Amino acid sequence: MERLHRNKISTEKIFILFALLLLAGAMLFGLLGALQYLIPGLLKSRLSFERVRPLHVSSVVFWIIMATMGTAISFLQEHTGKKLYSAQLLGIQLWIFILTIICILTSYCLGIFGGREYWEFPPLLSIPVVIGWILFLINFIKSAGSLKNQPVYVWMWLTGIVFFLFTYIESNLWVLPYFRNNVVNDMTIQWKSYGSMVGSWNMLIYGSSIFLMDKISNNKTYSHSSIAFALYFTGLFNLMFNWGHHIYTLPTQPYVKNISYLVSMTELVILGRIIYNWKHSVSAAKKLFHETAYRFLLAADLWIFLTLLLAIAMSVPAINVYTHGTHITVAHTMGATIGINSFLLLAMAFDILNEGCRSLEPYKKMLNRGILTANISLLIFWLSLIAAGIIKARWQMSGLQLPFSVMMQALRPWFIIFFLSGIALTTGFLLIIYPLVKNQLVCHLKWTIKRRKSSIRTKAALAME
Amino acid sequence: MILDKRKLAMAAGLVLAFLFYSFHLYTSLPAGHKSATAMADRGKLLWQDYNCNACYQIYGLGGYLGPDLTNAYSRRGPEYIKAFLKNGTDIMPNFHLADDDISELEAYLRDVDASGKADPRTFTINRDGTIAQE
Repeated sequence: MERLHRNKISTEKIFILFALLLLAGAMLFGLLGALQYLIPGLLKSRLSFERVRPLHVSSVVFWIIMATMGTAISFLQEHTGKKLYSAQLLGIQLWIFILTIICILTSYCLGIFGGREYWEFPPLLSIPVVIGWILFLINFIKSAGSLKNQPVYVWMWLTGIVFFLFTYIESNLWVLPYFRNNVVNDMTIQWKSYGSMVGSWNMLIYGSSIFLMDKISNNKTYSHSSIAFALYFTGLFNLMFNWGHHIYTLPTQPYVKNISYLVSMTELVILGRIIYNWKHSVSAAKKLFHETAYRFLLAADLWIFLTLLLAIAMSVPAINVYTHGTHITVAHTMGATIGINSFLLLAMAFDILNEGCRSLEPYKKMLNRGILTANISLLIFWLSLIAAGIIKARWQMSGLQLPFSVMMQALRPWFIIFFLSGIALTTGFLLIIYPLVKNQLVCHLKWTIKRRKSSIRTKAALAME
Repeated sequence: MILDKRKLAMAAGLVLAFLFYSFHLYTSLPAGHKSATAMADRGKLLWQDYNCNACYQIYGLGGYLGPDLTNAYSRRGPEYIKAFLKNGTDIMPNFHLADDDISELEAYLRDVDASGKADPRTFTINRDGTIAQE
């Protein structure tokens, strides 16, 4: 019976599997978008860039959100050792998100937009997102119990859930004319919400990765330590107050920019901690390198270092004035969403999906190739964006005033490298996603067939009687 | 180890500071209550309906397939903008916009242009790493 139950795909796993499909879709939409940079006007009448970009961005954002919810719920149950407060609520939450995401992606294909960065869908579709997230919050609070003696990751999960809800609602304030009808006011509140929102989902992801690290190393001292909480509070402080670096060039209130500049510099503490811990990370890597989940964590560690370095530089207004509006910002986003978030989430997905009727051992070679390909290509991808960004920054600051099209032509060689490395990156990710999804589906199919057979047998026995 | 009470106090303090900061911003918006005209507001909604932000930037934020349009109105003039909106380009589809739609989008771009300068060359870099605009 236990064996039979292990084959069934749990609701948490469906969150992760759906998220993996979104990741695969996001990569393919991203490739199409990159191709539209190389072949201007490609699919202009059917699937032009203003449709492809939101398909890519929303697929990435919902890959992160769905996988984050699935992993946090799964790890929370492992942490408490109890079942979730309500499996029914979780099921409703899952279907609300799946149906909403399908509606969102369909609306883009049909050219129906809300037209806001990140959330480019009509604002009406935000209502089910909020409802689904409230169900997540209720289930989490009821299942986690009190905060007494809780490790840092429980604090991080709770912080992430609460702040995402707040900032998501805040990002929709534009529907009120009071916030919308002045561009400076609108953009100030918009980027305030987005900056903190990214911090919120990072809280959820980093919380889960600390849980996973504790689990792999079989050592829970870090998650209860003072340093873990000191870093958590530094992260929370940044989540709340460092969003202003997105809008240094906007004529908004100067204190918004100054607060952000000062708060961003506290990230140096986190950077210093990474460098200080380097030796420890290397010895842990030697010990745990055989664990596939750990390899993802190790890759993310390197990307945290690179992305944080870039983020701190971009938080200095004097540097930001050069990088803002260039592909260096895109490089930062790609480093954060692919290098950090996606690798951490894949580590968790691997840990959770590895439990099933089929072992992932036969796919170890494929997974290792996928991890290596994804990392090398991501580095090339990242560097090509930085190179393109430097050219654009020089153009922006130049007194020559060359036309935009001339500058774009100069970027073309870097866009070619960007596209080719994007193909390699997609291949790397597909090599990782394929065995994870296939194994779960085969297990589920076996479970369904077994259940059907046993039901036929019971019916036949009853008929015989 | 940090005591639970101290952790809760720190978290509560930060949350209160965040809420104060947020509501202070909501009630004393950076540009005050200088509202756009009804026509510019309709233009902004059209800008969003056609997801123009996917390709163009305002104050450096948005997609990079097209240029930053914050000061396109004063740099290029209304006729140039109208011609673009009416015909599309090699990359931008022709959305077959009605004349009213074109006028509203133009009003929006005029309103954005009047809000400030986005050109990074107009910023002065201070020795403390901050920037200021003339």
